[in-house]
Amino acid sequence: MLSITNIHASIEGKQILNGINLSIQAGEIHAIMGPNGSGKSTLAAVLAGREQYEVTEGAVTFLQKDLLEMSPEDRAREGVFLAFQYPVEIPGVSTTNFIKAAVNEKRKYRGEEPLDAVSFMKLMKEKMAMLRIDQSLLSRSINEGFSGGEKKRNEIFQMAMLEPKLMILDEMDSGLDIDALRIVANGINKLRNENNAILIITHYQRLLDYLQPDFVHVLYNGRIVRSGTKELAMELEENGYDFIKEEANLITAE
Amino acid sequence: MMNLSDFKDHFEQLQTENPESPIAQIRLEGFHAFDKAGLPTKRNEEWKYTDIGKLFNNEYRFVADISDSSLTSTDVDAIRLPGHLEANEIVFVNGRFMPVLSKFRSPQGQLTVLPLEDAARGIYKEMVREHLGCSSAYIKDGIHALNTSFINGGVFIYIPKEQELNHPLYIYHISDARQYNILSQPRSLIYIERNTKVQLVETFSTIGTSECFTNQVMEVVVHNNAVVEYYKIQNETANASQVSTTHIRQTGRSYVHAVTVTLNGGMIRNNMNVVMEAAGNEAHLFGLYILNGHTHLDNHTLVDNVKPNCFSNELYKGILDNETIGVFNGKIMVRPDAQKTNAYQTNKNILLSDDATINTKPQLEIFADDVKCSHGCTVGQLDENALFYLRARGIPKSDAQELLLKAFALDILDQIKPELLRGYIEQLITERLSVNKK
Ligand SMILES: Nc1ncnc2c1ncn2[C@@H]1O[C@H](COP(=O)(O)OP(=O)(O)O)[C@@H](O)[C@H]1O
Ligand SMILES: [Mg+2]
Repeated sequence: MLSITNIHASIEGKQILNGINLSIQAGEIHAIMGPNGSGKSTLAAVLAGREQYEVTEGAVTFLQKDLLEMSPEDRAREGVFLAFQYPVEIPGVSTTNFIKAAVNEKRKYRGEEPLDAVSFMKLMKEKMAMLRIDQSLLSRSINEGFSGGEKKRNEIFQMAMLEPKLMILDEMDSGLDIDALRIVANGINKLRNENNAILIITHYQRLLDYLQPDFVHVLYNGRIVRSGTKELAMELEENGYDFIKEEANLITAE
Repeated sequence: MMNLSDFKDHFEQLQTENPESPIAQIRLEGFHAFDKAGLPTKRNEEWKYTDIGKLFNNEYRFVADISDSSLTSTDVDAIRLPGHLEANEIVFVNGRFMPVLSKFRSPQGQLTVLPLEDAARGIYKEMVREHLGCSSAYIKDGIHALNTSFINGGVFIYIPKEQELNHPLYIYHISDARQYNILSQPRSLIYIERNTKVQLVETFSTIGTSECFTNQVMEVVVHNNAVVEYYKIQNETANASQVSTTHIRQTGRSYVHAVTVTLNGGMIRNNMNVVMEAAGNEAHLFGLYILNGHTHLDNHTLVDNVKPNCFSNELYKGILDNETIGVFNGKIMVRPDAQKTNAYQTNKNILLSDDATINTKPQLEIFADDVKCSHGCTVGQLDENALFYLRARGIPKSDAQELLLKAFALDILDQIKPELLRGYIEQLITERLSVNKK
């Protein structure tokens, strides 16, 4: 589904990603872990098409198409979804209207008719129930005055509405209390199927307990320095990143 | 090119033709002031960023030179604002009040509208004597004095006490620039008695493609317990420039809510003054400007707190594209008596083009110690994070920009209380912002 080859990326002349290789198949869950500042959010932003980041080398194909050639909006319509680490507050734009526009843009892209008001409301209700989101939240401006947890839940709600093929979750677990984490994780599990894939970016084991990843990668200094199975995550939880850092620094020193 | 002697000739002609006019003396004082001050230049601090003098490089016809405009009611139909069927409509053509084109829907007991000269003779003459020209103490430049020098064909509007007008007042300033360059100088005095409620809507239109300069002054007197809404809508073409002064005296404890919307025009200067002459006055001033092309807009506002316990809040927001120039100068004056003043002011701008400029300046002059005043201004681009967020959900870039700009304008739009008017402005804004799409 997604194939990342030797991606290098920089921002404002500062090199952040130094050759990332990663391949994700439909039906898989991958987790990327790594210390702060190692480039996890940068990778997510590059995949979603943030223009401030310059890809200086490498390629990304998504469902046989050249992802890097596409505008952010086309990537979204093709099925890439980034749940932001820091969802943006947008006063004056209603959440519901925004989601409706997003859903219909995607339908248009696929040559489908826009959803009528009734079908849209029905879909909303269904997803709201699944994620236990309150109607009142959605009638407000996008994320305006939302608590950290509400923002994260709103991200997952949008994801549920758009049913993407590749779900990139950037620090989904931060700002969520135990109950909210469970609800969100259960929601994500319900969205899973053999045709989509999930890329989880996280620091912690706790989200991974719910969403058993097939593969775990450790990103450090803009490179994947280790890949393994979910046992790697547990190892990191126990020992921290120090041993990884030492290893990586040794390799660089050679 | 117009020079002082042109004005002098016209002035003398006006005075000789109307020697008995009760307004002759005010005009004379106006002309003396004009003669002394001359037209403002950029050296004048109040006109630093707005070179109004260059508009006088054009030759203009004075109203007196032209036999009455041939505009008909059907011509006016083309520019009427939504909601006009329920409104009292006061029509000025080339700066003169035209009773035949005006329409009154409120009964006599609720609203009196008279030619200013008539009002200055009859039972309202004391009101006219006391208040006509009160803005001259605040605006001492030659442009303002020029209007006063040529008061002719102005209007007096009177709202008697205990009246809640359920028909708003629409004031159209139309310039007929089909044949000549026109200098229009409308003048109005609005006297609002106590325990009243009134909505005023003022708009400007130019018919024809010759150059037009409207130099307009409105003075408003507001008594105890009156609630006044005022809307100024400026959406002209590039050949139409103006200086538009609205000077409101809150002589009784009252409530003023004013919104200025500017979408199009040549060079525009607005003076929006509110003088808090009674304790406990409240005023809310809003402005929204969305400019493109070469429009130059200068918003000068003044809140003068003369008496204690007054509250004012001011929010002006603008979006500037292309080579537009914006100026915001917000003055808050707190006189020694005006303890417990609360005065707030904010100006926010989004620049869509590298060639657009904004000069924004708060001016606080505080002579009392127990006051709460604040001011703030921002100038920025569209929020990149918000733009990306919307695009990352599949919203096209141009739509995302439009959504964000509209959201920016929304809180001012929401201050336009008459529903039809709000809908109309919203539609204009939507059209404008979709044109601005890049
Ligand atoms: N907009 C930016 N401008 C400059 N440096 C940035 C910017 N965004 C991220 N960085 C830098 O890139 C590095 C990687 O950041 P990020 O991808 O957010 O890391 P992570 O998500 O792994 O914590 C950090 O050193 C960070 O300071
Ligand atoms: Mg991050």
